[in-house]
Amino acid sequence: MTHKEWPLYEVFIRSKAGLSHRHAGSIHAADDQMALDAARDTYTRRSEGISLWVVRSSEIVASDPAETSAFFEPAEDKIYRHPTFYEIPDGVENL
Amino acid sequence: MYTQGLDQKEQSSDKRDALESAADLEAFQKRIDAEQKIEAKDWMPAAYRRTLVRQISQHAHSEIIGMQPEGNWLTRAPTLKRKAILLAKVQDEAGHGLYLYGAGETLGTSRDEMIADLLSGKAKYSSIFNYPTLTWADMGAIGWLVDGAAIMNQIPLCRCSYGPYARAMVRICKEESFHQRQGFDIMRELCRGTDEQKAMAQDALNRWWWPSIMMFGPSDKDSKHSAQSMAWKIKRFSNDELRQKFIDVTVPQADFLGLRVPDDDLAFDDETGHYRFGAIDWSELNDVIAGNGPCNKQRIAKRRKAHDDGAWVREAAIAYGEKHATKAAA
Amino acid sequence: MTKDETLLAYVLRLGDNALILGQRMIEVVTTYPELEEELANANLALDYIGQARLFYTYAGKLEGKNRGEDALAFLRDGGEFRNLLLLEQPNGHFGDMMARQVLFESFYLLQLEALEQCDDSQLAEIAVRAAKEIRYHLRHGAQWLVRLGDGTDTSHARVQQSITDYWQYTGEMFVADNVDQAFAEFFAGPDLEAIHQQWQVNVAAILDEATLTMPGDEWMASGGKRGRHSEHLGYLIAEMQFLQRAYPGANW
Repeated sequence: MTHKEWPLYEVFIRSKAGLSHRHAGSIHAADDQMALDAARDTYTRRSEGISLWVVRSSEIVASDPAETSAFFEPAEDKIYRHPTFYEIPDGVENL
Repeated sequence: MYTQGLDQKEQSSDKRDALESAADLEAFQKRIDAEQKIEAKDWMPAAYRRTLVRQISQHAHSEIIGMQPEGNWLTRAPTLKRKAILLAKVQDEAGHGLYLYGAGETLGTSRDEMIADLLSGKAKYSSIFNYPTLTWADMGAIGWLVDGAAIMNQIPLCRCSYGPYARAMVRICKEESFHQRQGFDIMRELCRGTDEQKAMAQDALNRWWWPSIMMFGPSDKDSKHSAQSMAWKIKRFSNDELRQKFIDVTVPQADFLGLRVPDDDLAFDDETGHYRFGAIDWSELNDVIAGNGPCNKQRIAKRRKAHDDGAWVREAAIAYGEKHATKAAA
Repeated sequence: MTKDETLLAYVLRLGDNALILGQRMIEVVTTYPELEEELANANLALDYIGQARLFYTYAGKLEGKNRGEDALAFLRDGGEFRNLLLLEQPNGHFGDMMARQVLFESFYLLQLEALEQCDDSQLAEIAVRAAKEIRYHLRHGAQWLVRLGDGTDTSHARVQQSITDYWQYTGEMFVADNVDQAFAEFFAGPDLEAIHQQWQVNVAAILDEATLTMPGDEWMASGGKRGRHSEHLGYLIAEMQFLQRAYPGANW
């Protein structure tokens, strides 16, 4: 008999209304519904969430750490994108 | 639950190690020294990866095997409340094993591979779980002493340099905070109880004290790989430091319970502010590690049987999943 | 049967069902086919222990003899338990457990939903809470039955056998005895005939999706509801009650 492992899924939890889903960890499951149950039974035992996403780990497209500098450093010198770049003259409030 | 004593046998180094440039290694160490976390896809020395896979998988195996000694009393728990608490705790251990296997998998080793190593006897797990649980008081002693020792080890791991391991440990430590308390609570109830109950508690302490002390692993002078693990910030305190801390914290708790710690040499040293304790019989631990503990064979046999008995279920689920994925795509 | 006696007997039965099934599920902790399932089943078993505690605590109050949840769980002998025979059957394999779960919970959920509307407000309150838990159980168990039924040839054959083997224990759930009848009258309790019909429809739908065959009408075992149990219950009780029996009066 061929030996196969249940696929890996990543689990994301919304802890309360108004917040984004956040990565919690992973589980193994043979299908999507099983993945949802496993995520529920593994990661929300202490009322950690009100909504769950599960996605096959193999479906995630990730940036490559080798390209970190090309990807992210060019943003570092665009300091004018941040409000703290600008000086607020005395006497002006709530700008 | 976990033991630091696991991280001992470094395999002979990989051929790939030789191909790692000094510059890469130095840059890596700089990141570590700057307290930067290493993430799954980052470059890392092969030996760092190996050490982590070994330590994380052994830690996971310990959680899974550790379910058995406590699971042994689930059906006999004396009250419904105790039954529910113990079940929640044993379930947490399954969860912790799961989180840890997940952290291990980020390093490129599948959970199946790790479990295969456990079942074949190649991978180790904490020797403490090769001792039998003979009375209900053992549920108290395990929670109080074994989880107490585990927490000492685990809290520093929350700051471990490898991100996925550190994050798993944060979750685990948060969940485990009730484990030691429920153990102490069991002991306390027994010590307030009948003479028979108190004798049961003392007997459990007698049997679990030394194995718990040994959970911290060999003495620093005999622990060869500690230095490298410390440099990589996988480990942050030495075995002896943690052991001393555990004894200092635990002895007053035993006094509170009115129980006697089974060590004739135990005495508080006013000068150092620490307890002095008797010589540890390492030959016993080494025997258990070598496979000659009271329950080694039983624990692995049970795990292996569960794994084999479940094979048809896992296969059925895969077959169903594939059938219906194909249908959905068609 | 007086109104008070009826309520007490009915609540005790609910507690016994929850405890005996919960205890059976606990027996197999550490032996599930996969780690995720280990967590799932511990959650389900915890729900049952929790429900047993609620039912017993309430029963103890109704009885007024100073017996709490533990006295009712640990200090009654087998013949005093009124659980369904289905729930005390030994666990068998994973497919057996899923089959038992689906057959019972398809009934239990309908029972709880009816109890949510009953005339005893405290019982109705417990039923609301328990129904939430069982709704998830049933989702989980039914999915598994479908996976096993529609999985491999081996799993199909095994779980078909499980359904066939357990079928004889399902009849007891729907035969209204004097307690059921009195409870229906006094408290507007569940109509077991209506529940039976709905159960048939729901279970048929699950079995159909699982490509499994529903067994035909056959001889049905009964006795659990009046304390006539199978040989299996005695061992379960002996193990469960060991400490309370060996150390009478001790606190734990």
